[in-house]
Amino acid sequence: MSDVILKTEGLTKYYGGLHALDNANFELRSGEHVAIMGDNGAGKSTFVRQITGVEQRTRGKIIFNGQEVHFKGPLEAREAGIETVFQNLALADDLDVPSNLFLGREKIWLNLGPFSILDFKGMKAATEAALKRTAVKIPNLANTIRNMSGGQRQCVAIARTATFASKLIIMDEPTAALGVQETAQVENIIRTLKSNGEPVILISHNMRQVFDLVDRIVVFRRGRIVANLKKSQTTGEEVVAYITGAKTAPEFSDAA
Amino acid sequence: MTDVAAANDMFTARKRKSLPAEMNAFLGLVVLILIFEALGWSLMGQSFLFNKLRLSIMITQVAVVGILAVGVTQVIISGGIDLSGGSIIGATSMIAMSFAQSSVFPRAIYIEQGWVDLPIVIPIAIGLGVALICGIINGVLVAYVKLPSFIATLGMMVTARGVALWYTEGKPISFPTDGFKAIGEGLMPVWIFITVAVLFWLILRYTLYGKHTYAIGSNEAAARMSGINVERHLFLVYVIAALLAGLAALVLTARSQTAQAMFGTTNELDAIAMAVIGGVSLAGGRGSILGTAIGMLIFGVIFSGFIFLSVDAYYQNMVKGAIIVGAVALDQWRQKRQAMEI
Ligand SMILES: Nc1ncnc2c1ncn2[C@@H]1O[C@H](COP(=O)(O)OP(=O)(O)OP(=O)(O)O)[C@@H](O)[C@H]1O
Ligand SMILES: [Mg+2]
Repeated sequence: MSDVILKTEGLTKYYGGLHALDNANFELRSGEHVAIMGDNGAGKSTFVRQITGVEQRTRGKIIFNGQEVHFKGPLEAREAGIETVFQNLALADDLDVPSNLFLGREKIWLNLGPFSILDFKGMKAATEAALKRTAVKIPNLANTIRNMSGGQRQCVAIARTATFASKLIIMDEPTAALGVQETAQVENIIRTLKSNGEPVILISHNMRQVFDLVDRIVVFRRGRIVANLKKSQTTGEEVVAYITGAKTAPEFSDAA
Repeated sequence: MTDVAAANDMFTARKRKSLPAEMNAFLGLVVLILIFEALGWSLMGQSFLFNKLRLSIMITQVAVVGILAVGVTQVIISGGIDLSGGSIIGATSMIAMSFAQSSVFPRAIYIEQGWVDLPIVIPIAIGLGVALICGIINGVLVAYVKLPSFIATLGMMVTARGVALWYTEGKPISFPTDGFKAIGEGLMPVWIFITVAVLFWLILRYTLYGKHTYAIGSNEAAARMSGINVERHLFLVYVIAALLAGLAALVLTARSQTAQAMFGTTNELDAIAMAVIGGVSLAGGRGSILGTAIGMLIFGVIFSGFIFLSVDAYYQNMVKGAIIVGAVALDQWRQKRQAMEI
């Protein structure tokens, strides 16, 4: 059991009367890549928001790295080692690439509390290194994000997770808005993470991508986990059947 | 194949770049000066710009509002608005002046208590203390109670003016000590403005404070998700804005050698207009102190130009109103154009 990185027990989130996430029991082992699939509104992003402390859960337990955690905000989750690419890109449009990569954890040249002077050179160099590592090409780092394509913006968000050492990386539909070439780039980043043994939770609607990249597929439906499938023991049709509700796994039959 | 080509295109598209807003404002300033210069030679037979006295009057006049505008600029960049600056000037001015009076004036407010001829640090500290309290209230209301900044600072605008009027039941306070007068003597207001402007230009450009101010104004949710303590930062932004209003009040009071409860009236709108004319976006996230300084000079040139051409004061107010509306309209237009480019 010691190699379990993340475990949730009965994780639940209500928005008023809406049960966006209901009693989710989920487990991720170190080095494992797991995909979360499910229809629009199935509760996938809600699940991520509870784990990363963006929102506070209604009830349930989250055990990260062997300890029960109660992250008050995304910064705490990040400090504990969870890097997240959120579905609605958490980028500041009016800032340039290095500023976005280091948003909230800027490199400091001279510490003066809130008026600390920034280490622009250091951040630029680290940004270049991160973009190189992830094979992302961005012509001018000093451009504001506003002037960039959707694909470039997404690459910046993903490069950000790869810049900082982490114990778990969560990506919420990282390739949804990307062209073929950029999707391939992102998938390469994920493969690199796999070979480095870094665990990943990948939320995706792309069946081909999921079967290419992950070890296990967890299906959400109407706020509940309805299937937990080893990639080697399932097929695309079966996953679709779970997503649409045509089929329910016996151990989750109460969720139907 | 077409998909790959399209993906490649994404990297080259959207290269179109417009002039920085500061550059536009600067060109506007140059054009204005040329117009007044031409009018000066044709109507008055003399130069508008090359007149040392006119220049120094113009620049000391706008410097006070300029100090206020520096504070307002950072509030606007953070995605908010501050309407309380003018009233904070009024309240700070009255209270600070009552501790800056000279004993030569037998009816000085605190003469019985013996609080006359005090060293200038005392009225300065008290004045900045008044502004600080206003700033803390603004900051708590906006950052922690989460009132819209428009509402919170509107409340302060009314309240602080009330304090200014209540303090002496509307009577002006005069006869400051020579030490206090020195704050506003000669080009001192201009030097103070330049110091403040350069300092905040550097802060907004090179420090964590600046980076987080732009980040919050650009995308508050993103700033929060990135772990920035948005509440604490916004609190600080409003406190600093109020302190700068307090500083502007001290300069204005010293320069006028009197304090009046209505000091600073509508200065907050002038400050906002200076920022917007200088390219600071009311949507937040964009703009600079340099832009605001150019906006300030545009204001100065227009009003000193009107006086130069002996245009009636009523017209000045009408034009001022038109400038404020025009500047906001320009900002809206910029935002729309930006949205279309994306
Ligand atoms: N802040 C909120 N307040 C109220 N309801 C919400 C909120 N956020 C999400 N919901 C609702 O919760 C449900 C689950 O939403 P969630 O974003 O988790 O879906 P998802 O599985 O990520 O879908 P998608 O594939 O479209 O991203 C939806 O019905 C959504 O409308
Ligand atoms: Mg989602």
